[in-house]
Amino acid sequence: MASGRVNRRTIVRWPVLVAGGLGFAVFPSAAEAHLPATGLGPVYDGLLHFAKTPEDLVPALALALLAGLRGPGHGRRALFVLPAAWLGGGVLGLAVHSGVSPVLTAISFVLLGSLVAADVRLPLGAMTGLAALLGLGHGYLNGTAMAQPGTGTLGLLGMAVAVFTLVALVSSLVVPLRETWSRVAVRVAGSWIAAIGLLLLGWAARPAA
Amino acid sequence: MSRAPRRRSLAIGSLAWLTGLLWAPAAHAHVLQGEAVSFLVGLGHPVSGLDHILAMIAVGLWGAQLGPPALWLLPVTFPMVMALGGMLALLGVPLPGVEVGIAVSAVLLGLAVMSALRPPLAATAVLVAIFAVFHGHAHGVELPAGQNGLLYSMGFVVATGLLHGVGIAVSLVHRWPWGRTLLRTAGGGIALAGAIFLWRAVV
Repeated sequence: MASGRVNRRTIVRWPVLVAGGLGFAVFPSAAEAHLPATGLGPVYDGLLHFAKTPEDLVPALALALLAGLRGPGHGRRALFVLPAAWLGGGVLGLAVHSGVSPVLTAISFVLLGSLVAADVRLPLGAMTGLAALLGLGHGYLNGTAMAQPGTGTLGLLGMAVAVFTLVALVSSLVVPLRETWSRVAVRVAGSWIAAIGLLLLGWAARPAA
Repeated sequence: MSRAPRRRSLAIGSLAWLTGLLWAPAAHAHVLQGEAVSFLVGLGHPVSGLDHILAMIAVGLWGAQLGPPALWLLPVTFPMVMALGGMLALLGVPLPGVEVGIAVSAVLLGLAVMSALRPPLAATAVLVAIFAVFHGHAHGVELPAGQNGLLYSMGFVVATGLLHGVGIAVSLVHRWPWGRTLLRTAGGGIALAGAIFLWRAVV
């Protein structure tokens, strides 16, 4: 029976999703204004930077979860719009060099986490807009943080590849989830992301001791 | 039939962990400053007080006792509202009677589990949300300065969620008659412990 096959597959896939998410959550290091050196060139440095920066990784993960919950159409849209916007925002950031408040990161956590937690039925256009805004905003932040324009562009390309890979992997794991408990687990992950964002807002606005 | 996807998942999982290992930063001879430490400090903070632990496990127990949709609504509501309470504390907004509120939450949640209380869903969510503000505020006041805010918050929220998960996992015994009795007894124990905390907070 088809539904039985889907059930078994989702049960098998779910621990992989959880383990992957926890792995990314446990191993990140602090945000770095410069690209980490892999010794493999700026593209790989950019890829590693994204993987090591939870400020960028978690909102992209949230968008991938949201797109996955809404189905393959939304997943495909996020898959192409988010990396493209990330790259575009990064190039803009490299050119402008003007800082943006880090509160934007916290807001993206709260907004995307809440949407995942509420399992909001976003239309495709809204998903496109959200992916574009997230990509432009975080790409811009990355771009402004990179001092070296030459390697910066290649680094941004690496980041865009990392974003594409993350969205592809996560969305493809979430799209087939049909059982209530597995979709609820995704929503719980969204509530955690929103909660982290709320605490981040508090940290950002915390009065100096 | 199920072996192929299992093997594929195993391969994906192995690849993910191998990638993680390859990406691991170089070993540091000095003590980590505020990075991995921040995550671990955040992870340890919610489990540093028995009153918090009992209340959060009780939320999971009660949610599982009530079944869907409370089963998922309570663990989704609690971390978000708790973080809101933490944010208020970080912003310097005072909340009177925090310790009393936390103790009362353990008493009432314990009693709810003990009596297998089934109020309307909205009332349940509101009650849990009110308690969550007290817990979050208490944690927010105690958040240490000098930590990496994001990693600390991640550890903090993950630990809170896992405590709910412990409650939900324990509640799997609810399907058996002896399990239901055990859960109600555990609820009574939580209420009793909460009463002791309340006594300490008041006196």
